[in-house]
Amino acid sequence: MAEMMYWQAIRRAHDEEMARDPLVFCMGEDIGVAGGTYKATQGLYDKYGPERVIDTPISENGFTGLAIGASFLGARPIVEIMSVNFAWLAMDQLFNSAAKVRYMSGGQLTAPVVVRSPGGTAHQLGAQHSARMEKVFMGIAGLRVVTPSNPKQAYGLLKSAVRCDDPVFINEHELMYNMKGEVPDSEYFHPLEGSEVAREGRDVTLFGYNISVHWCLQAADILSKQHGIEAEVVDLYALNPLDRAGIRRSVTKTHRALIAEEAEPAVGVGAEVMAIVNEECFFELDAPPVRVSAANVPIPYAHNLEKASIPSAKDVVAAVLKMLGKK
Amino acid sequence: MNVADKKRLLREMLFARRFEERCYEAYVERKIGGFLHLYPGQEACVHGVMEAARPGYDYVITGYRDHVHALKCGSDPKEVMAELYGKETGSSKGRGGSMHIFDVKHRFMGGYALVGGPFPLAAGMAKAIKMKGGDEIAICFLGDAANNQGTFHESLNMASVWKLPVLFVCENNLYGIGTRINRSTAVVEQYKRACAYDIPAAHADGQDIDAVYTAAKVAVDHVRGGNGPYFLELRTYRYRGHSMSDAGAYRTKEEQSEWAQRDPIVILRDRLMTAGALTDEEFKATDTAVLDAIENAIIPFCERSPDPRVEELEKYVLAENDPYVKGEAQ
Repeated sequence: MAEMMYWQAIRRAHDEEMARDPLVFCMGEDIGVAGGTYKATQGLYDKYGPERVIDTPISENGFTGLAIGASFLGARPIVEIMSVNFAWLAMDQLFNSAAKVRYMSGGQLTAPVVVRSPGGTAHQLGAQHSARMEKVFMGIAGLRVVTPSNPKQAYGLLKSAVRCDDPVFINEHELMYNMKGEVPDSEYFHPLEGSEVAREGRDVTLFGYNISVHWCLQAADILSKQHGIEAEVVDLYALNPLDRAGIRRSVTKTHRALIAEEAEPAVGVGAEVMAIVNEECFFELDAPPVRVSAANVPIPYAHNLEKASIPSAKDVVAAVLKMLGKK
Repeated sequence: MNVADKKRLLREMLFARRFEERCYEAYVERKIGGFLHLYPGQEACVHGVMEAARPGYDYVITGYRDHVHALKCGSDPKEVMAELYGKETGSSKGRGGSMHIFDVKHRFMGGYALVGGPFPLAAGMAKAIKMKGGDEIAICFLGDAANNQGTFHESLNMASVWKLPVLFVCENNLYGIGTRINRSTAVVEQYKRACAYDIPAAHADGQDIDAVYTAAKVAVDHVRGGNGPYFLELRTYRYRGHSMSDAGAYRTKEEQSEWAQRDPIVILRDRLMTAGALTDEEFKATDTAVLDAIENAIIPFCERSPDPRVEELEKYVLAENDPYVKGEAQ
């Protein structure tokens, strides 16, 4: 194992896959000569050249569609969309082409494209640079959605996504690129389905994904040390499909469920997990499931408003205490 | 093209016409549902271009008016009609329908419903061709109205900047459903728009297969020669409405009559007859054979084919047994 940053882990996965298969290529705005806004492709341009590390024009729908078309013929493109806010523009090709082509063709054609894009609220970037859009991507049949919460997942999920024959959307986070974590030294493929118990517990399950896993872990620590409550933290690194069996397993054990999400509540991960809890293990519950979500507003610029609009570990702790009837 | 080629093309265009007309009847009989967009009037476009290209070798993509493109690439007409009938024996196993004919073994890479959707897909296929080092080209057939979609501009720009081996063929039939091109588009002559992306372009009479072939040869040679993309506008007309739901009241009788005088099948037939290469009896015999093949082989095949199995509703959404989904190393 070696410690590396989230961006380094992503870069390592690119490098390994591109070294192995000459048809793997990457594209996005400023990923080549400039080394990538997040350094996820740093140095790859010099190593692999402009045909395989492509600086695109600002044409998100066009270049995502181009990547999809290339994948029809066996190329394995890794597309970086600089911010998930811009990914709206690529919805047409992702949803109408990539997600549907296997089905519409009766299995003749597939679009094994990977699109990676960071979402989430960072530092006062304003309403059009702070969106959380995982909810939109996870609702579409035919498009896998995964979201790494640490460098090991960032590396392993990208490795698997490149090799997988389905289109995969990888939802990263603006604030996580410098996060450090252990990554296996040898080649590692992370599953694209399932979930991971990040912390074992027994009194309540805290479901998180991406950045909210860390709020849940912090909250679990506070709950244990200050309140004697042992929370289980489940990392939902796969958002489409969600891990029904894993959700059922944990809630059956703890009898309480809380979902922490950075996004607004409507139609989100919280809503989906609550529906699944209902369907899979309603009678195991000792309390209604709860979601801790962002405020239903476009993200404001002012620092204090921005802070107030998204949840934190504190909010998760308060919600758990309320759920357990404690102060 | 020699005489034998032209006679073959006449037979192919006649088959395409009769096939489409039979689709019309099947739709009225409710054997075909949904949206149905028919090609009569435009036959010389795909037949002329693909004659200059290599059907089944070059990668072809188009919009929803796609039956004849599939046939010209080499698709089995039984499978295409069965797809329209929604049967398991259809080219997309009944999952696609008229707008989503696919025949990957013949490199017909689909019919798509979103107007302009194929532009970037075609550019992408060209990118993969270039990476793999072969001499195939990607050919995108779309209508005039698609050229106003953002994907047109983005795709032509990228194809030009990256010198991708893609031929963009514009089948300009003057209409986007019911809106005539002069009402929706600032530059009516579509070939003129390609210069904005530094792409060489030309236009030709889409009703005359010889003119189409001659122009297409220049276009295909340019692209196959590694010179980057090319844009070819073919001026044509659809004899039927946009789709079966369209009464076509927005076109004048004069305009329709004018174009009816320029039927691509009649033009080629008359040219061959004038040259003494074809007799009226031969032509009628061909027509009879075509109608017979459709009515007595294709239609019965569709009628007796099974529906897809409802138990298999969820098949083809994602890959089956993909080891990387479970995270296992190969």
